[in-house]
Amino acid sequence: MAELAGTARPTRTAHALPTRRARRRYALTVGILAVTAIAITVVLLAWDNPMPFGSAGFLRIAELRTTGVIVMAVVACCQGVGTVAFQTVTENRILTPSIMGFEALYVAVQTTAVYVLGTAGVLALQGVGQFLLQVALMVGFALLLYGWLLSGRRGDLQVTLLVGIVIGGGLGSVSAFMQRLLTPSEFDVLSARLFGSVSNADAALLPVAVPLAAVALVLLWSRSRRLNVVALGRDAATALGLRHRRELILTLTLVSVLMAVSTALVGPLTFLGFLVATLAYQFAGTADHRYVFPVVALTGFVVLAGAYVVMKHVFDAQGVVSIIIEFVGGAVFLLILLRKGRL
Amino acid sequence: MITLTDVRKHYSSEVAIGPVSVILPAGGITALVGPNGAGKSTLLTMIGRLLGTDAGTIEVGGHDVAKTPSRDLAKLLAVLRQENHVVARLTVRQLVGFGRFPHSKGRLTAADEAHISDAIDFLGLTDLEGRYLDELSGGQRQRAYVAMVLAQDTDYVLLDEPLNNLDMKHAVDTMRHLRRAATELGKTIVIVLHDINFAGHYADHICAVKGGAVVRSGPPAEIMTDAVLTEIFDTPVRVIDGPDGPLAVYYRGD
Repeated sequence: MAELAGTARPTRTAHALPTRRARRRYALTVGILAVTAIAITVVLLAWDNPMPFGSAGFLRIAELRTTGVIVMAVVACCQGVGTVAFQTVTENRILTPSIMGFEALYVAVQTTAVYVLGTAGVLALQGVGQFLLQVALMVGFALLLYGWLLSGRRGDLQVTLLVGIVIGGGLGSVSAFMQRLLTPSEFDVLSARLFGSVSNADAALLPVAVPLAAVALVLLWSRSRRLNVVALGRDAATALGLRHRRELILTLTLVSVLMAVSTALVGPLTFLGFLVATLAYQFAGTADHRYVFPVVALTGFVVLAGAYVVMKHVFDAQGVVSIIIEFVGGAVFLLILLRKGRL
Repeated sequence: MITLTDVRKHYSSEVAIGPVSVILPAGGITALVGPNGAGKSTLLTMIGRLLGTDAGTIEVGGHDVAKTPSRDLAKLLAVLRQENHVVARLTVRQLVGFGRFPHSKGRLTAADEAHISDAIDFLGLTDLEGRYLDELSGGQRQRAYVAMVLAQDTDYVLLDEPLNNLDMKHAVDTMRHLRRAATELGKTIVIVLHDINFAGHYADHICAVKGGAVVRSGPPAEIMTDAVLTEIFDTPVRVIDGPDGPLAVYYRGD
């Protein structure tokens, strides 16, 4: 863009960050988030490491802990970017893609495995093949739903969402019914899988999960400019020459890949995406996806890894991050709503 | 030129549009007028390919709107619906900037910025361009949308009741701007108008829609008569000689 530094009159520009102040603020936000993310990573790798700093044993332990950090980075990017893209195409800032039945499907699959195979069922679902199968199942479910409901002549997004919620509710109650019939020990094993937890993730899954998520993230990122137009609504986007329905189905498919990877990796984290998306809109100071996506990914990592640090080192309850995210996240969300009066 | 041939749209057995066959001339302002529920907006949105037809063809400047790729149409015609709501938080200038999307695919050049500035100045939004849409009044927001459509810089501009929410001054300003755009820039503007007197004064051509069909089409002088208006609007209308041309008076209803 034409930048006339030093002139008294500000340059007129429709850029996402039109003024120098806005640009500085954005750079500062990203800087602070990045530094915080690095600091938390260092804490995760080095804190409470029994070996002396810098020794071979120290590095070995740090290396083992890297898996957890990578898992959190993948989940943060998936949930954050997925939720922002989902909220854009649904033109709704209080939705999260998990309501589309991904998590209910995950819960149903896990519960069925334990119901049929007993405690061995949880083990039967571990492994790269099983991971891919679960991802395929969730993406397939989403594609079927979108394909069926959105491609018709009267394709309606609101109806699609509603059907997703209804199916999710149905799967949830079937799962709940099966859970009632489990023995207490089986139920105990199962419930550990149903809390979103970083320790659910298996290092062996990363070589599959990371590329899968990366491809979907890069594709969404490369479509940011189109997403900006989609955010104007169906009519305006069509008037500006976008094939709205195609954009909708494509974006929802990519989102479903992200959500499926994240859920199959660590389990349900219903609130994380919604929370970090809400925070990211505040932090970024612009609605342009090219600027919101990096902020939401960083915010996601800071929130997720921060919750992990607190759970691990303060409450000594490793891994179960969803509890603290939902508690602190809910409080932060209410605070923003009360202070700013808008999302 | 916009040509509609046997255009139909069915909602239910009682509610249907068409068959409509009409030619809207190139250049100048064409006003679509008629009572509520007549199908004016439906026709306009079908011409702007925001709504599919059930039968018939619509050609804008020789391009079939159902067959021409949407991104090509976006450089030929711009269309604005009545209700517009954006969830994202945008400034006026950012919104108007989206009008350039068909040309620059979101990478704004200096030429795009000049177009955006022109459209903003044209609608008198210069001082508001840095404001967020949720900080504007309904009328100001309405003008911002019209500016976005003008920034698209197309030969054909379709507007669905752009005077909604506007006070007298801004309604008149907007119509004067559109009149200038039609006269000076040679654009073809099709506009749904509620106020028959605005149509009579500013339009070059009036197309009256009633019950899903075009009942009259012609220059204002042909439409602005007691008999024609009374028939179109189903209420007694008298046309008097005003200081600036014919004026429809219909307030008493008897």
